Parts: sequence; structure tokens; C-alpha cells
Amino acid sequence: MKFAVIVFPGSNCDLDMYHAIKDELGEEVEYVWHDAKDLSEFDGILLPGGFSYGDYLRCGAMANQSNVMSEVVKAAEAGKPILGICNGFQVLTEAGLLPGALLRNKNLKFMCRTVELKVVNNATQFTTGYEKDEIIQIPIAHGEGNYYCDDETLTRLKENNQIVFKYASEGPNGSIEDIAGIVNEKGNVLGMMPHPERAVHDLIGGSDGLALFKSIVKQWRETHVSHA
Amino acid sequence: MSVMLEPNPMQIKEQKIYAQMGMSDSEFEMVEKILGRLPNYTETGLFSVMWSEHCSYKNSKPVLSKFPTKGKHVLQGPGEGAGIVDIGDGQAVVFKMESHNHPSAIEPYQGAATGVGGIIRDVFSMGARPIALLNSLRFGELKTPRVKYLFEEVVAGIAGYGNCIGIPTVGGEIQFDDCYEGNPLVNAMCVGLINHEDIQKGIAAGEGNTVMYAGAKTGRDGIHGATFASEELTEASEEKRPAVQVGDPFMEKLLLEACLEVIKSDALIGIQDMGAAGLTSSSAEMASKAGFGIEMNLDFVPQRETGMTAYEMMLSESQERMLIVVKKGREEEIVKIFEKYDLDCVAVGKVTGDKMLRLIHNGDVVADVPADALAEEAPVYYKPSSVPAYYTEFQAMENVEPVISDYKETLLNLLQQPTIASKEWVYNQYDYQVRTSTVVTPGSDAAVVRVRGTNKGLAMTTDCNSRYIYLDPVTGGKIAVAEAARNVVCSGATPLAITDCLNFGNPENPEIFWQIEKSADGISEACIALESPVIGGNVSLYNERSGTAVYPTPTIGMVGLVDDLAHVTTQSVKQAGDVVYVIGETKTEFGGSELQKLVEKRIFGLAPSIDLEVEVTRQKALLTAIKSGVVQSAHDISEGGFAVALAEKAFGANGLGVEVTITGSATSALFSESQSRFIVTVKAEHASKFEEIVADAVQIGRVTESNNLVISHEDGTTWISGSVDEFRSAWKGAIPCLLNSEA
Repeated sequence: MKFAVIVFPGSNCDLDMYHAIKDELGEEVEYVWHDAKDLSEFDGILLPGGFSYGDYLRCGAMANQSNVMSEVVKAAEAGKPILGICNGFQVLTEAGLLPGALLRNKNLKFMCRTVELKVVNNATQFTTGYEKDEIIQIPIAHGEGNYYCDDETLTRLKENNQIVFKYASEGPNGSIEDIAGIVNEKGNVLGMMPHPERAVHDLIGGSDGLALFKSIVKQWRETHVSHA
Repeated sequence: MSVMLEPNPMQIKEQKIYAQMGMSDSEFEMVEKILGRLPNYTETGLFSVMWSEHCSYKNSKPVLSKFPTKGKHVLQGPGEGAGIVDIGDGQAVVFKMESHNHPSAIEPYQGAATGVGGIIRDVFSMGARPIALLNSLRFGELKTPRVKYLFEEVVAGIAGYGNCIGIPTVGGEIQFDDCYEGNPLVNAMCVGLINHEDIQKGIAAGEGNTVMYAGAKTGRDGIHGATFASEELTEASEEKRPAVQVGDPFMEKLLLEACLEVIKSDALIGIQDMGAAGLTSSSAEMASKAGFGIEMNLDFVPQRETGMTAYEMMLSESQERMLIVVKKGREEEIVKIFEKYDLDCVAVGKVTGDKMLRLIHNGDVVADVPADALAEEAPVYYKPSSVPAYYTEFQAMENVEPVISDYKETLLNLLQQPTIASKEWVYNQYDYQVRTSTVVTPGSDAAVVRVRGTNKGLAMTTDCNSRYIYLDPVTGGKIAVAEAARNVVCSGATPLAITDCLNFGNPENPEIFWQIEKSADGISEACIALESPVIGGNVSLYNERSGTAVYPTPTIGMVGLVDDLAHVTTQSVKQAGDVVYVIGETKTEFGGSELQKLVEKRIFGLAPSIDLEVEVTRQKALLTAIKSGVVQSAHDISEGGFAVALAEKAFGANGLGVEVTITGSATSALFSESQSRFIVTVKAEHASKFEEIVADAVQIGRVTESNNLVISHEDGTTWISGSVDEFRSAWKGAIPCLLNSEA
């Protein structure tokens, strides 16, 4: 399976994403600069964390104007797995690939720590490696991770099982219903504020994030074997 | 047009306009002699900023020359952007620490943010990839709204810059004392990694080669920042707010990535950050170091504002700019790299053979001065020094125990002193994990960052107990280095080298100058003993507010090498049943201690004594034990003494407790700050092997499953007993409580 790590000016978790895939999963991965015009050679698209364009405007708003985003939308429509973490999640909401928005943390401060997440939905292609309601330890690092959506959207998210991760203990950032990660209706676009790519090796603070990446690869192999 | 507003050379001399720029009468006469004529306004500006203490070290040079700077692993000592030490396999570690005290006192967010930005540029201008940040901070007591504001904004500024650029802030230290109330200290350290073949220098060599300007545009911010940094702060300092620069971490991220691509090009001759004194220092220093001259046409300098004069452009300290010298004819290759990142990179001049810094603006030569005169020929002052009366008085004192009644209450109290209390409120605002290499995160003795692709790691720490240095600068200087080394050793690393940030008051005061000299003596002696040379740093003098100087605070930043990540050790206890050891004897030593400050409300007397020979032997033994795999946890005993160190060991472990029995008089045994001591835990089955390696280790108790912290005397008296949670919540809650803010 071949992944693209999209690099916007100001992305800074691109390296972490790249090494998680390459070193821990042993899959193919390439950095793709934001002006790329074709993503057809990739099987999965990763939007990393960071501060694209400094996040001086609304987080992710400038990145969403990049050339590559129309390609990301195309890939999403084609059903390819797309994972946006932290700033990548913000970009996905700006692009309209995921509903809602990320507001400033309720304490108005950047926060970096490891939190407990609950796997609310383990039936997505990103979470089959987890048990339902499993509690996992994943680091967060964000200033604007306070997920918000209107009531109608929230109802829809619940009805369609689109809420994938919730903060298990008291939500750190004020997110509505402690939401930490959601998928689109089709289930192939996941956005989450916590950083699973930071939890892929015991040496650097746990490996609970590894199952997420493995789930993506497993699903891809299964569908591509059965179609062959 | 604006040139007409500038005073002419005669006016500069007669009205002593140079004095407003911080230049003395005799310095102005020297300039006149060097040039053989009177300098114009721009030239006066160039000399005043290059001859400021901040750029020239004119007051501190005689002291700095004492430091040992050589060692078998040192590839680059002081003099370049940052020092470099070999770590094997063709790789090296690059690091430096620098102060941004004055800007942070006036405009704390931007002052701290640009301090971080500046030190990062120093590291990547050497060709290195920055991999970690640390910071050492000093504030007044967290009592007044002003101090709380400074503290919160400095932390936010560090977080804002470091988080955005994507370099983890992995460690540091913070202390609080009244003397820093008007003049906080903000020292930022950056650590980078480099392959030997990529090491760059800031040189402008080869006549005819092209001088290029890259990065952010030049504005009117930070004009005369270096001069401002070389004066005492006063009430009027608020007016110098325009001398504080504004940081743009996004711009720096782009500049960083572009520069690390540029260094791979063989078209590059030299590269230097435009830091303090901006275009002036980078151009003059690059030319002077290479033995050449530079001619620049300022019309080509990318400008953010219209109508800037030559003086303003040369003295601006706008951030995120680099000066680059490129082989003639190959400019386009370099421009292309910067274009990818939407950055300006333009030719602004050329290297000349005449050793002059010549500036052209609107068709006129507006400055023509010898580059060496600016960069190398500042006067050097041998300041008088005298022993302060307080020192003589303190030296005559006996060591006595402060009087306390309830030991548990005292421990709870000490744990809530902000200098000792958990700094979680601070480091939870820093992204300490980005780049996914942080093996030991903030809160242990030293942070450890792995070297990706190898099995090695780098341990790093900053340390300085300025109270000891105030009481006795020679002893305190030794302790600062020794404590840094203890932290590095406790993490499983061998100390490599140090960088220092020498923060002092006004050197014109002989008693302050005495503090500078003596602490440098202590630091040098410890560096030699611990085989950790000084590979760079900076000097920040005039840290005074309305006549009150800060404690002498020569902050030590140390980096050590972990040769096998399996050796990485943290301070927290690991497992019930493990044996607890203390290493090192406890004496009655309370001068400058947390307990003395708490009980007596002031510090006085003798600093704790230190024997460097004992220190070295003990550190070596402990490191040998750690490397042989028998040590579960290790922690040095520092502020607050044994009881605080033991409590800290329990805080990081969930559900475990510690029960120990110790000897001696209670107050000293629990709270003395005697040096060269450690608390270590060892698996029971490794006890005899550990004792063989560390001969002077004494068994004092066990790690328990009880979640209690119990310290008893050998006669059976229980001195302190309580749940770890009780102590932990006091320790964790103290700073948020003082700030009335959520954790």
C-alpha cells in the first residue's frame, strides 16, 4: 500500500507520519508538496498536523486553498482512505469533507499531554484493530481542538455512527460530547485531534496508535485481494 | 529625503549624539581615529551597535577567555552561531543558549518568542536540523499581577513559537525570587543534529562572490535592540518597546527548510543569521572572519516599509532573515530553493578584497568602514572588581539549621514553593513530542531525545541555582555545572559539553564584576573536572531594574550522549520491592536553601560545599551502574533536599510508595541541600552488584505498594508519613493555584 503525506507550508508532523508508516508499518510512503496536481498513484492520503500557513487565518483555511486539495477531494470521492490528524482534521473540515469545526480550547491554551480515548466505533476501516469501547492512550497537542457542530449535524453523526473517538475522561478541550475524531458518512475520511502517529513505539510514549494504521492497511489489502 | 533629518558628522560629535546610541566619548574618539575622519550618522550607528556589550563582549571578554573550550570531541568552539560536538558515526550535536531578557521584560510574549526564534536560527545557520528546545526562566515571586502576567506571557511566547515551528520544547527550569521581579530572565537553548560534511560557517570569502539576502523583509522593528540589551532597565524602558522585535514562526519554518536545502548546494560559501544588530553584524562578521570586505547596495534589501534610511535598515532587528554568500554565477540555483518556499532571496552585494564594509543607498556611499574595526576592534575593558561586604559577612557565618516544628508540614510547604512545585502547567503548553523522538519528556532530571536511525540519544538539561552563586560565586559556579552533569548522568548519559548564558547586573559596579569573575572561575574548574568544555553561549549584563541587580545567574545548558537507548533512566520509582539507596553524605548546609528562604524569608551564610573530585568519582560510579543495567531509577538531590527528592521520585509512579529510614538530625537529614547526592532504586536481585559498583551507596528502604511516603529515623521515630497523593496534589496544584488558573 502506498501512502502520500501531504506537506503544506507550515506542516510539522509530516516527518512523524512518514516514519510511522515507513518504519513501523513497513509500507510505502512519500511526501507530497502542496502544489501537487495528481494523487492517483497513492492508495491512502495522510494530512499531517502542524501550523499550515502559520494558522494565522482560521486553522486549515489557507491550506484548503492549495492545489492539492482538489485532488484530496477526488481521492475521497473515489473511496480512498483519507486521514487528517490535528491540523489535518482542521483542513478536512475546511474542505467540507467532514462536518463541524474546531474552535479554540476552552482554557484558551495550547495543550500537550497524553489522554485516554474511547474507541466508540470500531467498525470503520481505521479502527478494526481496536475493540469496541477500548480505552487507548494517545497524545494530544493542539490549541484549537474544541470540536463543534450544530445539533442537527450532531444527531446525524450519531445516527450514522460517525463518531469514532471520544475523550474517555473529562474532555480536555471543551469538544461537544467529548468528540475527538469523526468519519464522513461513507466512512473513508477520518479526522481526529489526537496524534496516533506519536504513539507507534514504546520508546516514545506508547504504541496504542499503531492499530489505527494497521487497520487501514489490513482493510486495503483485503479489498484489493478480493477485487483481484 | 529622510537623510536630511539625520544630524551631520559635526553635530554628532558636538551634540554627543553618539551617547544616545550608547557610545562613550573615548569610543567615539577611537572611531574617529580608525576612520581618520568623523563618522556620519549611519556609521556611528554601525559602530555603536557592534561595539555594544551584546555584540562585542567588551566587558566580559577577559572573563570569557578563562573558559576551557577545547576537548577531544569539540568540532566547533565559541565564535560561530553555535558550538558543535562529535557524537560518532559522522554525526555531531550543535547547541547554544542565548538570553532575551530585556525584550521579555518589556514585551514578554514577543520577547520570549523571538528569543526562541533567534536561537533556532543560530543552530540551523550552522547547517544543523534543530531537534529540541529548552529554556531557563527566572521571575519574581508569583504574587503581583505584573509578575504573573510576565510569567504567563513568556510561557505563551515560547509555546507560540516552538509549537508552530515544530521543534519540541523538551525541558528547562524555572526559579522564582524577588530579585527577578523587574528583570525576568528568559534564556532559550536549541539543540540540533548535523552530519560532519554539512557544517557551515558564517564567512564571506572569495572576491566577486555574491552576497544574498534571504527571508523576511526588513522593517523598522528592533532598531538598536542590541544596544537596548546593553543598558539597565528603568521606568523609561517601556518607551523602548519598538526595540523589541516581532516573531513569525511560520516564516522561520519556511526559512529553516529552505536553508537546510541550501546547505546541500556546493554553490554556498557562507551563511549567517541576522540576529542582534541584523544586517550590520552579519555582514561585518562574515567579511571579517573571512578576511574580505563586503559592498552592499541597500536599495536591493527587501523592505517592509517605505522610506527606510540606511541607518534604519542596517540597525533593524527584523526577525527570520539570513545573509548568504554564494559563488558568483550560481545565484539562480539558490533563488530557486527559496522560491519553492515563497521566500525572498535577492543579491544585495558582493565580496570585495579591500576588507571594507561599504554601503550604497540611492546611489551614494553612505558608509565605508573597515569590517574588522566593527567586528573585532571594539575596545576591551578590564573592569575593576571588589569583594562585596555581604560576601565577607556570609563567609564568617556558621552553618545552622533553620528552626522548624512539623516535618510533614514543612515538606508540604516546600513542595508548594513555585521553584520546587510541578511545572506541568508550563510544559503542558509546549509541544514536547513533535518529531516523535522525545524518549524522556519534561519532568525528569534531563530530557532525552533519540537520534533517529541510531540506537543513541542525547540527554539535555539547563541548570543554575543562582542563590548559591550569590552567596559564593566560585562554589555556586561549580555547583551549577555539577548539577547539570548530575541530571545528565541520572538519565544515563555521559556529559559532552556545555553552553552558558551569563546573566548578571551592571558590570560597571565592581561588586557585580567580581561576581562575574568568580563564578566564571567556578564554572571553569567544574568544566575541567567534569570534562565538559564550554562550546558557546552568550553574556547578558545590565540585568537591573531601578538599581537592583538580579542574583548572578550563569545558566548552564548541558548535552550528554546516551550511547545505548537501553541505558535511559528516569527519576520515578518503578516497582514495589525495589531497594532504595542514597549516595553521598548529608551535612548541615542551608545557605541559599529553599528551607532557609521559607523560614527566614531571606538567604544568607555559606553556600553548600562541593568537592569536585568526589563529585566526579560518584557520577562515574553511578553512570557505570546505570550502563550495567542494574539501576531502575535515579534522581539527584537538589532544591529542598532529600525529602523533596524522595517525594519527586514517588510522584511519577502510579500507586507506588516509598518507605525509608535515615540517620542524623531531622532537619538536616530531610532538608539540607548538601551537594553530590543521589537517590537511586535498584531491583533486590541486583543489590549486591550495584553496591559493588557504587561503593558509597547506602540502603535506606524499599519501594512499596502502599502509596505512602514514609520517612523514619533509625531510632524508630516517624518524621514524615502521608499518602503520595496528598503530597503530589500539593506539588501539582501550587502553580495553577498561584495563578488562579486551571491546570
